[in-house]
Amino acid sequence: MDAEFFRAWITEIAAVVQVQRDHLTQLDSAIGDADHGINLARGFGAVQAALDTADTPTPGSVLLLTGSTLISKVGGASGPLYGTAFRRAAKSLGDEREVELPAVAEALAAALAGVKKLGAASEGEKTMVDALAPAVAAFSKAVSEGADAPDAMAALTDAADAGAHDTIEMQARKGRASYLGPRSVGHEDPGAASAALMLHALRDVAARLAR
Amino acid sequence: MKKLINSPDTVVTDALAGMGAAHPSLAVDVENKVILRAGGPTAGKVGLVSGGGAGHEPLHGGFVGYGMLDAACAGEVFTSPVPDQMLLATKAVNAGAGVLHIVKNYTGDVLNFQMAAELADDEGIEVASVVVNDDVAVQDSLYTAGRRGVGATVFVEKIAGALAERGASLAEVAAVAAEVNERTRSFGVALTSCTVPAAGKPTFELAEQEIELGIGIHGEPGRTRAPLQPAGAIVEIVMDAINGDLPLAGDLLVMVNGMGGTPLIELYGAFNEVSRYVSGHGARIAANLVGNYITSLDMQGFSVTICHLTNTLADLWGFPVDTPGLRWGR
Repeated sequence: MDAEFFRAWITEIAAVVQVQRDHLTQLDSAIGDADHGINLARGFGAVQAALDTADTPTPGSVLLLTGSTLISKVGGASGPLYGTAFRRAAKSLGDEREVELPAVAEALAAALAGVKKLGAASEGEKTMVDALAPAVAAFSKAVSEGADAPDAMAALTDAADAGAHDTIEMQARKGRASYLGPRSVGHEDPGAASAALMLHALRDVAARLAR
Repeated sequence: MKKLINSPDTVVTDALAGMGAAHPSLAVDVENKVILRAGGPTAGKVGLVSGGGAGHEPLHGGFVGYGMLDAACAGEVFTSPVPDQMLLATKAVNAGAGVLHIVKNYTGDVLNFQMAAELADDEGIEVASVVVNDDVAVQDSLYTAGRRGVGATVFVEKIAGALAERGASLAEVAAVAAEVNERTRSFGVALTSCTVPAAGKPTFELAEQEIELGIGIHGEPGRTRAPLQPAGAIVEIVMDAINGDLPLAGDLLVMVNGMGGTPLIELYGAFNEVSRYVSGHGARIAANLVGNYITSLDMQGFSVTICHLTNTLADLWGFPVDTPGLRWGR
């Protein structure tokens, strides 16, 4: 997987959050402040524009520009959290021009660690961590057992979907949703939903470019 | 919903440009949405930077000036600003004595200011931060993001600003900011929802004869809903919540704050009830503010903020201040 692959992933995310903009905002209006889809669409639009003009010869440089742009443009909580995730992944990938599945697994683990540290969040608190953590674990396990890309990607998104779905029954302990207390139960966490969408975009791009 | 705006996309920048035009004492960077003092930083003085989503005017930009803030960063309506803005403001106000970030306790504000502080540190600027969390309506526990920062922000900016103006060190200014926060409690009530311009419809629904107790400054839900009742009864609920968290005693600094859509005649009526409650509990209002200081767009409602003063804090409160939103003594 080279820089072009990672640019295609980010482009796919930009398209998906645009399509899912109102859905994500709808989820956020139930338990947050009704701007998650709007902010991500605005942020990844800016990322796309930055990638179109900058020179990004390595996977790491693509993700670093993505993360930095999200931090600069989004605001709110999702800007720093997703921005940090992409920047940590970028640093993990280093200057390699071509990366394999084990390096991607390490990068995703680094992204997760960055989000957990910045947000002081752990699993079960109704946040994006609840989609990312099981997804990263399932992906790493599949890769370490020698799975090929399609199977590893399937493990990634299946676990992300299940994790996002599990947030419905959780009571929020982080962010504005936590002010609702028990009233936050019964709604899917918008951050977990958007994290799952981004991982689906990764799987879709991998499938498309493998053909 | 009628709004006196050109468009939701330009509402924040139009207002910032207007503030710059109205107040020659301010230097407004409309593009980066940063408000600074026109004269530049004061040599050797600790710089004070605050910021947050727009929609709470006069907070924060209206409190930039002598005796209060050096810079304020505005985000989109109810959305925190980004680290780039905060770094720009921090660099602009750094006069060699370090910079204090005054942050309201919302996840977005805290994360963005945290990243800005790291960036400033990379550039060799010493930054201290105080996170304001005075809203007793929110349970402060492991199960929430903690108490929200509301009215105490005005007191922190004023009192820390006075101490900085007197030439205190960053550690001293940060300590007094934290002390004011610790000694202050707030509680808010909404009579109607606010309407965010980009959304175009009310953030929440309240029935004609219903009020929301413990409302946040972005229209977030509070503790509970209750039927509308006379001002005296509503104020008693508010004061019981504050008094239950930190019992009233001694000299108090009291703010009765309008949420943006409540006329002064009602705020003064509320202050009368607050005053009666305070003297009934053996305490004394030594200083007060009545008016719109930390608003939620067009929301009808009010909040009460009470700080337990010390002689030092009372003295700093009385120190001269010259900003668009607060001015006395010079």
